[in-house]
Amino acid sequence: MSNYLRIRNLQKDFGDFTALKDISLDIEEGEFVCFLGPSGCGKTTLLRAIAGLDLQSYGSIEQGGRDISALPIAQRDFGIVFQSYALFPNLTIERNIAFGLENAGRSKTEINDRVAELLALVDLADQGQKYPAQLSGGQQQRIALARAIATSPGLLLLDEPLSALDAKVRVHLRHQIKELQRKLDVTTVMVTHDQEEALSMADRIVVMNHGVIEQVGTPTQIYREPRSLFVADFIGETNQIRSTITAPDELTVGRCDLKSSAHGFSLGQEVIVTIRPEDIIPHEAGSHRAGSTHSALAVAVAEMEFLGSFWRSRLTGAELGDEELYADFSINAVRRLSLEAGAALTIELPADRLIAFPAGGDGVGNG
Amino acid sequence: MSATAESFQPKRRPVKASLGRDDFVMRGFMVVIALYLLIALALPLYAMLSKSFSTYSFDLEAYEFQVSDEAGRFDTPPVSAASLNETLQAVPPEALATSGDGRLPATSFFPDFSFRSPVLYRIRGSDADAVFLIGSERFTGTQWQEVDSNTFRRVMLRPSRAQGLQNYVTYFSTPSLFQSIENSLFIAALSTVITVSLAFGFAYALSRSCMRFKGFFRLIALAPILVPSLLPGIALVYLFGNQGMIKGLLLGESIYGPIGIVIGSVFFTFPHAMLIITTALAISDARLYEAAESLKASRWKIFWTVTLPGARYGLISAAFVVFNLVITDFGLPKVIGGQYNMLAVDIYKQVIGQQNFEMGAVVSVVLLIPALVAFAVDRQVQKKQVALLSARSVPYQPRPNPRNDWLAFGYCGLVAVFIIGLLAVCQFAALIKFWPYDLSLSLNNYAFDLMDGGGWASYYNSIEMALLTALIGTLVVFTGGYMVEKTKGFNSGRGLFQLLAMLPMAIPGMVLGLAYIFFFNNPQNPLNFFYGTMAILVICTVTHFYTVSHLTAVTALKQMDREFESVAASLKQPFTRLFRVVTVPVCLPTILDISIYLFVNAMTTVSAVVFLYSPTTTLASVAVLNMDDAGDIAPAAAMGMMIFYTNAGARILHLVISKGVLKRTQAWRFR
Repeated sequence: MSNYLRIRNLQKDFGDFTALKDISLDIEEGEFVCFLGPSGCGKTTLLRAIAGLDLQSYGSIEQGGRDISALPIAQRDFGIVFQSYALFPNLTIERNIAFGLENAGRSKTEINDRVAELLALVDLADQGQKYPAQLSGGQQQRIALARAIATSPGLLLLDEPLSALDAKVRVHLRHQIKELQRKLDVTTVMVTHDQEEALSMADRIVVMNHGVIEQVGTPTQIYREPRSLFVADFIGETNQIRSTITAPDELTVGRCDLKSSAHGFSLGQEVIVTIRPEDIIPHEAGSHRAGSTHSALAVAVAEMEFLGSFWRSRLTGAELGDEELYADFSINAVRRLSLEAGAALTIELPADRLIAFPAGGDGVGNG
Repeated sequence: MSATAESFQPKRRPVKASLGRDDFVMRGFMVVIALYLLIALALPLYAMLSKSFSTYSFDLEAYEFQVSDEAGRFDTPPVSAASLNETLQAVPPEALATSGDGRLPATSFFPDFSFRSPVLYRIRGSDADAVFLIGSERFTGTQWQEVDSNTFRRVMLRPSRAQGLQNYVTYFSTPSLFQSIENSLFIAALSTVITVSLAFGFAYALSRSCMRFKGFFRLIALAPILVPSLLPGIALVYLFGNQGMIKGLLLGESIYGPIGIVIGSVFFTFPHAMLIITTALAISDARLYEAAESLKASRWKIFWTVTLPGARYGLISAAFVVFNLVITDFGLPKVIGGQYNMLAVDIYKQVIGQQNFEMGAVVSVVLLIPALVAFAVDRQVQKKQVALLSARSVPYQPRPNPRNDWLAFGYCGLVAVFIIGLLAVCQFAALIKFWPYDLSLSLNNYAFDLMDGGGWASYYNSIEMALLTALIGTLVVFTGGYMVEKTKGFNSGRGLFQLLAMLPMAIPGMVLGLAYIFFFNNPQNPLNFFYGTMAILVICTVTHFYTVSHLTAVTALKQMDREFESVAASLKQPFTRLFRVVTVPVCLPTILDISIYLFVNAMTTVSAVVFLYSPTTTLASVAVLNMDDAGDIAPAAAMGMMIFYTNAGARILHLVISKGVLKRTQAWRFR
């Protein structure tokens, strides 16, 4: 696979503020990449630099082997969908889509055919004569998408395209965009602050924070193997427990020594150990499994909260010391173990799901 | 693999945008319009400012004379004008200060001069810069010029120019001049208090009562915008002048002076204040009223704790706008001011009456100060007002209350009678043969060609000028606004442009007109050929009314999605196509608004153009002034009403066109 987009040492300064710090990134042809991060992390700035909307201060960008670092927008090769869609309000849907096709030596019938094709592609074949204001938000979004891909650009840029929509429409459009992207095989970069969106749509996710890339990886990598405490914390939910290293594959949780996979920290080092609520396995009280590679703890349910498809439980207990853990238990497990506030149980913390990070910073550990 | 492991030399060279065709076109446009503002505004103002610091005086050390005996032999040594004056005391020191046009006869230094004498005279400069005239021929330098005594009486010394504060010293040591400052401030302050109070009551009635005929009242209140500011002055002369219809009501006071100026000012500034305050009242939040009522506050208390504070920015803004309008207005005090001097009239008197351009420039600078202050305060307040507007609030809906509604109706009725009354008096005066002696109706007063002021031609000139101003002005203003609002990069250029675009609002018309004289009438200026043409009137008027139009355009453009330009560029479409296909059609209602604003103001403006018209480009509004000046008051009223009807017609036409155009191009606005 070739590196379609090569970003090297990108920096963007706004006065004294550095919005992007030494960003280097490769994106492969046909890939769907999401820039994910909290607001102000620089993800939109990076997208706008790729598009040439706001030029980077330093660094280079190559697209398909061509140096586009300083090129004006019109000499780059991309289609873009903005959060606001930026549909021309006084032009019909057809003319909006045709906007980029006209004026480029195409015949009238050629343009009409292409517009019809695009309208069908986004499932709005019968809406061509309407004005944007007459369509729903989701429909407008699809029109913006159709307009962006009308000229078959090599790169599709999506700037928070779904954030202005209702939750239901958003989920539906996720699939539609992803499907369209696969069909057209167009290299796509999407900016989003919604991790669910990123996890469900992207081939690879670029997690950003404070103007730097925290981690690049597939959705499962990002979720299962976060390389920094920031990523572990930002993506999904996770328990953070103060811990001390007691052996090359052991660390403390509360008052107990627990097995973990090899973590690479030195003996006695203070770390933060994380485990996701859904990785905690519930067992009947007292069922310690001796010799297991996984560790077990005796705890009590302090509080339970019903969240629809599962129960979130706050767990405390003597073995946890001052720490407390949140665990997500399935409806079945709760019924099977008759869990309720005050109930005692044993939990199992799988060694490979306990991931340690250095304390007092969001540096990289190895899980 | 993600972030690559290859090692790089970090590229520390800043990335510099390579510009595309669009960037060049945009910058080209912006440079052209900035150049326009520079030539039409900044440079003339600079010329005026430097003029006000130019002092002229006769440097007697710079000239030497030699006188022959009766046989024509030059035996006596040359003698300087200074030493001659020292012995003779012929020219007192204060007479040495003069204006740029000053001329000092050489014969002043020869008390026994006779043009019949056979004596010959020689004159030269003692340095190369000394200038003198023999007849109309100009001489410089140290070469002797020999003339006979008959010619010598036509030898004139010319003053030398220096930079200094002397003009300002003179201004502030001449009571008749600086008294105007006090007068102007007094009149402006008094008019402001009265207008804002009246307009607040009117706006309050419009927005907070359920009285009938609101639309009608609103229309009437806006009528004064359609006439020159001096028209109420003419009406007041008919009502309260020496032969006025109801002169007795003034109890012996004269209408010529402060009373007349204040009443007239209230008339012509009323719509401006009313519009601003109505906007301020319209954004009040109904929830505040509901809260106050649920707390059982009295109506009186609600008025003082909710209504007034909510409208305070509007009131302050209205006050400064009215103050600025009154203090910079020239037409009204000219017509009805009598012996009461105001700053704007002083400029006119100094320039047109006494040809003292330097002093005119000084008064202009003095007038600039209150105008600039009022402008700056207004801008600050406007910013806050905008912040209030953007907050989501529930609009207040008045509930019927017969007693208050009738009170509001009565009040608005009185204001309407005042406005319609003054206009009706003008129309009446225009149709009467000879007030107060022959009250039969006639159209004699419309025979403008028999009067001073340029006749019917000036009316047609005005229409031509107003149409050109509307056309060219709208084009320049809207394109300029687009460039400022929608271009990327080039920030310093845009900042400068924005400043230039805001400046005209702070520049009184008289000052602008005078600045144009200094700049365009300078023979060394290659743009000199503009002087006296229709073009300079159009340029001046567009510039004079640039700011409000610019703000209107920018407000409309701000409502367009910021990313349209980016989308068009990503689709490889030039911005010019986007401008044509999307921007202009979407902004068409605004564009029409700008053009009618420019048209109406071009028809009524007097102050800026009064210095700039030529015999072939006389204007209707100036004709009103000149006919009034010449005593043809009835024709002046007739011409004033012609302007009114023309503007009213233009507004109606604008309404019809807007509706038609809206129907065709704005279909997308309706679901």
